[in-house]
Amino acid sequence: MKTAVVLLPGLNRDRDMIAALTKISGQAPATVWQTDTEIPDVDLIAIPGGFSFGDYLRCGAIAARMPVMRAVAEKAAKGVMVIGVCNGFQILVEAGLLPGALMRNTSLKFVCRQVKLEIANANTMFTRRYQPGQIIRSPVAHHDGNYFADAETLARLEGEGQVVFRYAEGTNPNGSINDIAGIINEQGNVLGLMPHPENLIEAAHGGSDGRALFEGALGIAA
Amino acid sequence: MIKARITVTLKNGVLDPQGKAIEHALSGLGFDGVGAVRQGKVFDVELAESDRAKAEADLKAMCDKLLANTVIENYSVTLT
Repeated sequence: MKTAVVLLPGLNRDRDMIAALTKISGQAPATVWQTDTEIPDVDLIAIPGGFSFGDYLRCGAIAARMPVMRAVAEKAAKGVMVIGVCNGFQILVEAGLLPGALMRNTSLKFVCRQVKLEIANANTMFTRRYQPGQIIRSPVAHHDGNYFADAETLARLEGEGQVVFRYAEGTNPNGSINDIAGIINEQGNVLGLMPHPENLIEAAHGGSDGRALFEGALGIAA
Repeated sequence: MIKARITVTLKNGVLDPQGKAIEHALSGLGFDGVGAVRQGKVFDVELAESDRAKAEADLKAMCDKLLANTVIENYSVTLT
């Protein structure tokens, strides 16, 4: 399975994502730069975390308007899987590939800790290796992860099973509405989440709870 | 040249933790009777344009495409 990682100035989790995808898929991902207008034929495109363009204006706002994101949108429309982690999630909502917005944490603090996540929908390409309702661990590190959507959008997300990850057991670190940690688009091929599953894929990380996400998406045996 | 001021504010019903913190800080400074504080953004934009109607349309397009996130924010445009 082939993968690609989107690179933008100010991202800082790009090497983590590249390392995780290389280890899990067995081959290094292609990298695409912000000004690239073409993305090679791949099965999964990952937008890593960080602080693209210094979080100027709004987190992910400038990155979402770069040429590479038009190419990501075209690939997504063709059914290619896209995962945005942390700043990548913020970029996906700013680009309109996912609904809602990510706002400042209600604590106003940057949170860097481990949280618990409930698999709210195990019937997606990204979560099919988890059990419904399973609780996994994942690191988070962000200042603006407070998911917000208007009542109508929220009802649609909940009704259609588009809420994929939820903060569990009182570990919501940011005030996110309905404890939402990650959502998927209607077509089921674009996933955004604030936690960092790529940082929990092997024993050296202290656990491998995040590994099944990539194995599921890439159809790789555990 | 036309100068404009764009004001971006959070929509009603959207929580504003930063505004809340500012509200508390103002109370802490002894300013009694401070009600709700909402934080927003101001952009002063210069346009090489003489047609005011065209400038206003362009500025609104800028807000819709970049300057405001209309999921959570409203904007207003004032030509000066």
